[in-house]
Amino acid sequence: MDVGTLLQAICFYAFAGVAVASGVMVVSARNPVHSVLFLILAFFNAAGLFVLLGADFLAMILVIVYVGAVAVLFLFVVMMLDINFVQLRHGFMQYLPVGALVGLVLLVELVLVFGAWTLSPEIGSAAAAPMPEPAQVTNTAALGLLLYTHYIYAFQAAGLILLVAMIGAIVLTLRSREGVRRQKISQQVTRRREASVEIVKVRPRQGV
Amino acid sequence: MLQIGLAHYLTVAAILFTLGIFGIFLNRRNVIIILMSIELILLAVNINFVAFSSFLGDLVGQIFALLVLTVAASEAAIGLAILVVYFRNRGSIAVEDINLMKG
Repeated sequence: MDVGTLLQAICFYAFAGVAVASGVMVVSARNPVHSVLFLILAFFNAAGLFVLLGADFLAMILVIVYVGAVAVLFLFVVMMLDINFVQLRHGFMQYLPVGALVGLVLLVELVLVFGAWTLSPEIGSAAAAPMPEPAQVTNTAALGLLLYTHYIYAFQAAGLILLVAMIGAIVLTLRSREGVRRQKISQQVTRRREASVEIVKVRPRQGV
Repeated sequence: MLQIGLAHYLTVAAILFTLGIFGIFLNRRNVIIILMSIELILLAVNINFVAFSSFLGDLVGQIFALLVLTVAASEAAIGLAILVVYFRNRGSIAVEDINLMKG
């Protein structure tokens, strides 16, 4: 047992343990703000697991996109909406048995699958895109080489999905409130001189 | 036990996935927690993708994890937008009241 393996095992158990524990806290925390913060912790630890797996780029994307954007979006919404969370937790104990039952059944099924499964010996040669040697090209470069060539359509579709999501979110939440003065550029541009400028002849010592 | 293999990562992913499902059932009234549970489920799927990608030496798993990440982000954005609109109209986010389209 060399030091590297031991260190990897320690890191794995730390990341996995904290990720699972914060997952438990996400679904059981009393205050949704705490839930979001534990979700962020779970994402950070999943990013650690990704680094252990050699997927550096995905780990960084997870931190930037999830922690930096999605989790903060959740935090904004939770804090912005004035919700009585105590009232929302009313049925908590009522749903606990059925939830526990479904979760247990699912977990048992997954464990059974893992227990009975083996990898085919020739699977190593079946890789669609074999991973290059880490010494030759970094994980990010290898991903980019693959993503911008073979998976360019999937990449474009992902971009389209993001565009649709952005437009959808804006359309859904945009509202025109009464009594708010905002700049109307079309009106400003179409203003005529006759309608807005008045020339008054002011006589001396009389004023306007 | 100390040699970390594919099964270890799959176990973590399975536990996180189950926790997500469990959270959906547990917080039936709170849409925000349900959305967070969906994020947990998608995270578990991503861990599975990346674990298989790493242990089978196939880079495509990471590509798909990237795409799952994209879809999850847009799903969260749309879901929260719907939530905000719903809260504006009803003053509450209780899921049980969302049955107007039942006919």
